[in-house]
Amino acid sequence: MSILVIAEHHNGQLADSIAHVVAAAQAIGGDIDILVAGENVAGVAEAAAKLAGVAKVRTADDGVYAHQLAEPMAELIAELAGDYSHVLAAASTHGKNVLPRVAALKDVAALSEVIGVESPDTFLRPIYAGNAIATVQSSDALKVLTVRTTAFDAVDATGSAEVEAVSATVENTLSRFVDEELASSDRPELGSARVVVSGGRGMGNGENFTLLDGIADKLGAAIGASRAAVDAGFVPNDMQVGQTGKIVAPELYIAVGISGAIQHLAGMKDAKVIVAINKDEEAPIFQVADYGLVGDLFDVLPELESKL
Amino acid sequence: MKVLVAVKRVIDYNVKIRVKPDHSDVDLTNVKMAMNPFCEIAVEEAVRLKEKGVASEVVAVTIGPKAAQEQLRTALALGADRAIHVETDDKVESLTAAKLLKRVVDDEQPGLTILGKQAIDTDNNQTGQMLAALAGMGQGTFASEVQVEGDEVQVTREIDGGLQTVALKLPAVITTDLRLNEPRYAKLPDIMKAKKKPIDVKSPEDMGVAVASSLSVLKVESPAERKGGTKVASVDELVDKLKNEAKVIA
Ligand SMILES: Cc1cc2nc3c(=O)[nH]c(=O)nc-3n(C[C@H](O)[C@H](O)[C@H](O)COP(=O)(O)OP(=O)(O)OC[C@H]3O[C@@H](n4cnc5c(N)ncnc54)[C@H](O)[C@@H]3O)c2cc1C
Ligand SMILES: Cc1cc2nc3c(=O)[nH]c(=O)nc-3n(C[C@H](O)[C@H](O)[C@H](O)COP(=O)(O)OP(=O)(O)OC[C@H]3O[C@@H](n4cnc5c(N)ncnc54)[C@H](O)[C@@H]3O)c2cc1C
Repeated sequence: MSILVIAEHHNGQLADSIAHVVAAAQAIGGDIDILVAGENVAGVAEAAAKLAGVAKVRTADDGVYAHQLAEPMAELIAELAGDYSHVLAAASTHGKNVLPRVAALKDVAALSEVIGVESPDTFLRPIYAGNAIATVQSSDALKVLTVRTTAFDAVDATGSAEVEAVSATVENTLSRFVDEELASSDRPELGSARVVVSGGRGMGNGENFTLLDGIADKLGAAIGASRAAVDAGFVPNDMQVGQTGKIVAPELYIAVGISGAIQHLAGMKDAKVIVAINKDEEAPIFQVADYGLVGDLFDVLPELESKL
Repeated sequence: MKVLVAVKRVIDYNVKIRVKPDHSDVDLTNVKMAMNPFCEIAVEEAVRLKEKGVASEVVAVTIGPKAAQEQLRTALALGADRAIHVETDDKVESLTAAKLLKRVVDDEQPGLTILGKQAIDTDNNQTGQMLAALAGMGQGTFASEVQVEGDEVQVTREIDGGLQTVALKLPAVITTDLRLNEPRYAKLPDIMKAKKKPIDVKSPEDMGVAVASSLSVLKVESPAERKGGTKVASVDELVDKLKNEAKVIA
C-alpha cells in the first residue's frame, strides 16, 4: 500500500491537522508521502518532512496552486494518484472542497469524515449528525478519504523525509482567486484547542461575547458558537461548532446559553468533559453535560472568571 | 440563463434517528421526511436570481423514490418553473448522483447548477464537487454570497479560517452554506399552482447511468452514549469538580 496525504497550509504554515492525517495513514499502513502544492512552499515542505513516518514529501511549487483552489489541486492530485492506493486529506473545508473532485476525476467513491480504520479498505464514519456510526467497505482500487482529525492523535515531528519536486503541471482556466477575509485571533485554533468555550443565542448580542474572553484567557481556550449565534450576527461563521460547522473534541467544552440541538451536539459531544451553563433547567444540553449549572449566564460568567 | 437546482429528500432535521437492532442501517420507517435544509437554501437562491432578472428559468431535479416528488412539489411551490424526477428505489451514492446530474446538465445546459453543501442524512458533502469535476466546471462550495457578473460568477465561501471569494467562469456549480439566504415559506396559492407545474420523470437506465456502488455498509451502530445529567449547585462546586474530579483545569 502507498498513501498520499494532501498537505494544507496557510501563510506558509503547515496546518496542525496534517500530523493527525498522517496518523490515520499509519493506521492504514504502507508508505506515506505528503503532497505540498502551493506557491513558495519550501518552508511548508520542510515542516511536512519532519512528520514521523513520512517517506517522501512531494512539492508542486507554482502560482497556479496559490490559494490551493479546488480545480488545479484536484487535477494535480488525480494525475499523481496513479502511484497510490489511498489519498487522504483532513476533513476541513479545504479537504472537503478538493477530495470529492479528485474522486470524481478518478471515477471512485469518496469517504467523508473518517473516524476509524478497521482495515485498508474498511472505515468508520459518522452519519445522521453523529447519531449513527457506519462501517463502510470500499472495493475501489483507489480510496479517497477525508479524515476527522480529532479522531486520530497527531504524530511527532521527529522524522526527516526527503523532499522532491513533482514534474506535473496543470492549468486553471475555470476559477480565479479574488480575496480572502481571514479571522485573526491570538487564541488557539478551534479544531485543536484543549479547552473550548462556546456561546449561543443566550449571549444576547455580539458584545456580550467579551464575557467569554476572560474565561478563555485563563483557560487558554478557543471560543466557539452555536449556529443561532452566528446567524444572529453575534460572531463570524468560522466560529460555528456543529454538524455543519466545526467538529471539536477538546478535553473541556463549556457551553454557555446553548440549548443543545442535535446539530450542535454533533460538533462537540466527543469532548472529554462537557460543562453547560443555562438558565433553563430543562435544556437538552444538560442531558449530555458532565456538569450542568442552572443559572443566568450574566451572573455565572463573571463569578466563574474570578474563581478560575 | 437557466438555473438548475438539485434537491434531496432526507429525514426531517428535527428527527433523532435510531439504529436498527440488527445493525444493518438506521430505521427510517414512518420517519418524517423533508427537503434537505441546504437544498431549500439552493432553491431560494435560484428563485432570487430569477426575481433579479439574472435567471430566466429555474429547473429543480431530484434523484430518489416516487415519494421524492413531494420535495419537487415543494421546490415548485417555492418558485421553480418545472422539475425533473430521476426515479429510483436504489440507494444512490454521491458519485452516481453526480453522474445522473451530469446527464441532466448536458440536456439542460444551465448557466449555474446549485446544490446543497451537504445532505443531513449521510453528511457526505461531495455531490456538488463531483458534479463540477465530471462537467469540467469550476466549483464554488459552501457559498454565503453569489454574484453573477457577465460571464463570471463571484462566490464568497465559508471556509475554516473565515471567508474566501473566488470568481468562476460560467457555467459553474455552486453549493450552499447556511448564511447564503433565509428560505421563504411556500404560500398556499403557490402550493396549489405548483400542482399544475410539469414534472418530467426519467429512470437512470433511460439516462444510461448504472446505479452501482463500490461502497458497502457492513454495519451501522449507535455512538457511545454519554453519561451526562449531573448538576452542580454553584460556581464554587463547578470549579472544584473541574479541578479535583475531572482534573481538566489546574
Ligand atoms: C441544516 C441545519 C444545520 C444546522 N447546523 C448547526 C450547527 O452546525 N451548529 C449549531 O450549533 N446549530 C446548527 N443548527 C441549528 C440548531 O438546530 C439550533 O437551532 C441551534 O443550535 C440553536 O442555537 P442555541 O442553542 O444558541 O439557541 P437556542 O436554541 O435559542 O438556545 C438558547 C439557550 O440559551 C439559554 N439562555 C437564554 N438566556 C440565558 C441566560 N441569560 N443565561 C443562561 N442561559 C440563557 C436558553 O435557556 C436556551 O436554552 C442547524 C440547523 C439546521 C436545520
Ligand atoms: C450508512 C451509509 C454510509 C454511506 N457512506 C457513504 C460514503 O461514505 N460515501 C458515499 O459516496 N456514499 C455513502 N453512502 C451512500 C448514501 O446513501 C448517499 O445516498 C449518497 O452519499 C448521496 O450523497 P449525499 O446526498 O449524501 O451527498 P451530499 O454531497 O451530502 O449532498 C449534497 C447535495 O447534493 C444534491 N444531491 C445529493 N443527492 C441527491 C439526490 N438524490 N437528488 C438530488 N440532489 C441530490 C443535493 O443538492 C444535496 O444537498 C452511504 C450510505 C449509507 C446508508
